[in-house]
Amino acid sequence: MADVSTIGKKLKQKFPQAVTKVKTFRGELTISIDKDYIGRVARFLHSDKATDFDYLSDLCGVDKSRLDSSDTFEVVYHLYSLKQNHRVRLKVEIPASNPSIDTVTNVWKTADWHEREAYDMYGIIFEGHPNLERILTPEGFEGYPLRKDYPLKGRQPNSLREVYRKGEE
Amino acid sequence: MTAATTQQVMTINMGPQHPSTHGVLRLILEMDGETVVTATPQIGFLHRGVEKLAEHKTYHQFITLTDRLDYLAPMSNNLGYVLAVEKLLNIEAPKRSQYIRIILCELTRISSHLLWLATHALDIGAMTVFFYCFRERETLNDIFEMAAGARMNLSYVRIGGVARDLPDGFIEKVREFVNDFPARIRDYETLLTKNKIWLMRTKDVGVISAEDAINYGLSGPSIRGSGVKWDIRKSEPYSSYDEMDFIVPVGQTGDVYDRYNVRMEEMRQSNEIVRQAMDTIPKGEYITDIPDVAMPQKENLKKSMEALIHHFKIVTEGICPPVGEVYACVEAPKGELGYYVVSDGTKNPYRIKIRPPSFVNLEGLQKMIEGRLLADVVAVIGSLDIVLGEIDR
Repeated sequence: MADVSTIGKKLKQKFPQAVTKVKTFRGELTISIDKDYIGRVARFLHSDKATDFDYLSDLCGVDKSRLDSSDTFEVVYHLYSLKQNHRVRLKVEIPASNPSIDTVTNVWKTADWHEREAYDMYGIIFEGHPNLERILTPEGFEGYPLRKDYPLKGRQPNSLREVYRKGEE
Repeated sequence: MTAATTQQVMTINMGPQHPSTHGVLRLILEMDGETVVTATPQIGFLHRGVEKLAEHKTYHQFITLTDRLDYLAPMSNNLGYVLAVEKLLNIEAPKRSQYIRIILCELTRISSHLLWLATHALDIGAMTVFFYCFRERETLNDIFEMAAGARMNLSYVRIGGVARDLPDGFIEKVREFVNDFPARIRDYETLLTKNKIWLMRTKDVGVISAEDAINYGLSGPSIRGSGVKWDIRKSEPYSSYDEMDFIVPVGQTGDVYDRYNVRMEEMRQSNEIVRQAMDTIPKGEYITDIPDVAMPQKENLKKSMEALIHHFKIVTEGICPPVGEVYACVEAPKGELGYYVVSDGTKNPYRIKIRPPSFVNLEGLQKMIEGRLLADVVAVIGSLDIVLGEIDR
């Protein structure tokens, strides 16, 4: 594994406003990014020869509202570089009341389904996504199941038949 | 959409009850005659909310749920999750357990690839291979049963080690399999590799370039078929894989045939890894002796009151890793399997995100089959080796 500690500094130089926090835990670098900059930061990390993050491993949402009192969601990006063999995690906080963020599908095509899943599970709106629809839950499903205020047993009718019947109306 | 001509485009539905979709995958195909214009996968039929359930389980309890993701390779799923928790706890499993993990992970890789080969060949019309592969899988299931007590959902890995030591006679049984297996692969290859029908159905079908494969996030044999030499066992070795000597096979054109060849060679390599691990497996503990996070050794439960109390406390109360977040990934048979675990310091994980390789690989399907024939759809799905259990979670 290559040394990743310089990436935080480099990003800070390039986008002084964008980087809000740089943290290393268990050898993993986490960079918190301001919401407005994610598109530009993603494009920079993808195209810059030294960072070269050509591979988006994972993208997901996290409901932070029970972790602290900030009432925010987080979008977490796990980037990997095949050439440099290093990883970095980007985190973007967005308000739970208005969860929207720019898409990164124009940088990594693989983000398409990941973003749909985050939308499906948390209701996060990805601005500019080509086809932001639910992906795992059935048609006619209401609510966002991975939000912390959503009950484990679900809020759906007892049978899926009712869900489908509702969809037909 | 660009491929649409003046002719009428017809929409047909494939699945979710279709034998060639390997589970409950549904495809909406827009066809122009025999040519696929667009292919839209519809998934989620097997969605069980595993990530939500995880938030209500203790760290040990969740291990059993990971089996049910990619149920063809339960060991890799167990291992990926446990490695993430171990990273969070900052502990390492004893050397012997790491070797046991390697042996069983590689055997499940062979088992998973065998099922892929069996069904992939069956989809394309080669029935014989199916029976051969299932014969070998039977032996493997017996081997898993010896070690873990279960044939399918092993749940054999524990935080800090494995559930129990390898039983007597295990190594001999595995050695017998490992000695036999290269000849078996030759059997499959005589049936397929130079078979004219097989070549016509797989060569230059479902091509994806290396650049696209990276951008679409493919991993495992699906990206290596396109010539990208990337294997997490080599690039970020875990569980003592750096002590194993093996090569990473790659393809050139990125078609169905290349992905087939990559997986065939991977089975041979896995076989050799198992052999090496058995030859060099060190003596020692199979689970680490850190009482506040790891289970006690199973044998001690019957002899020692303290061990029983220790076991009871871990099972009932769970463990509380420090606040933090980690991402750990392993090279599962299908590709990069990652677990992102967020801990808030309590006994339940705050958030677990699973990065399933099949989910991402399936995304590349549209790219591979647009403009191809309907019959190729089945070949391409087979070559991606998807498992709906981990796609839908």
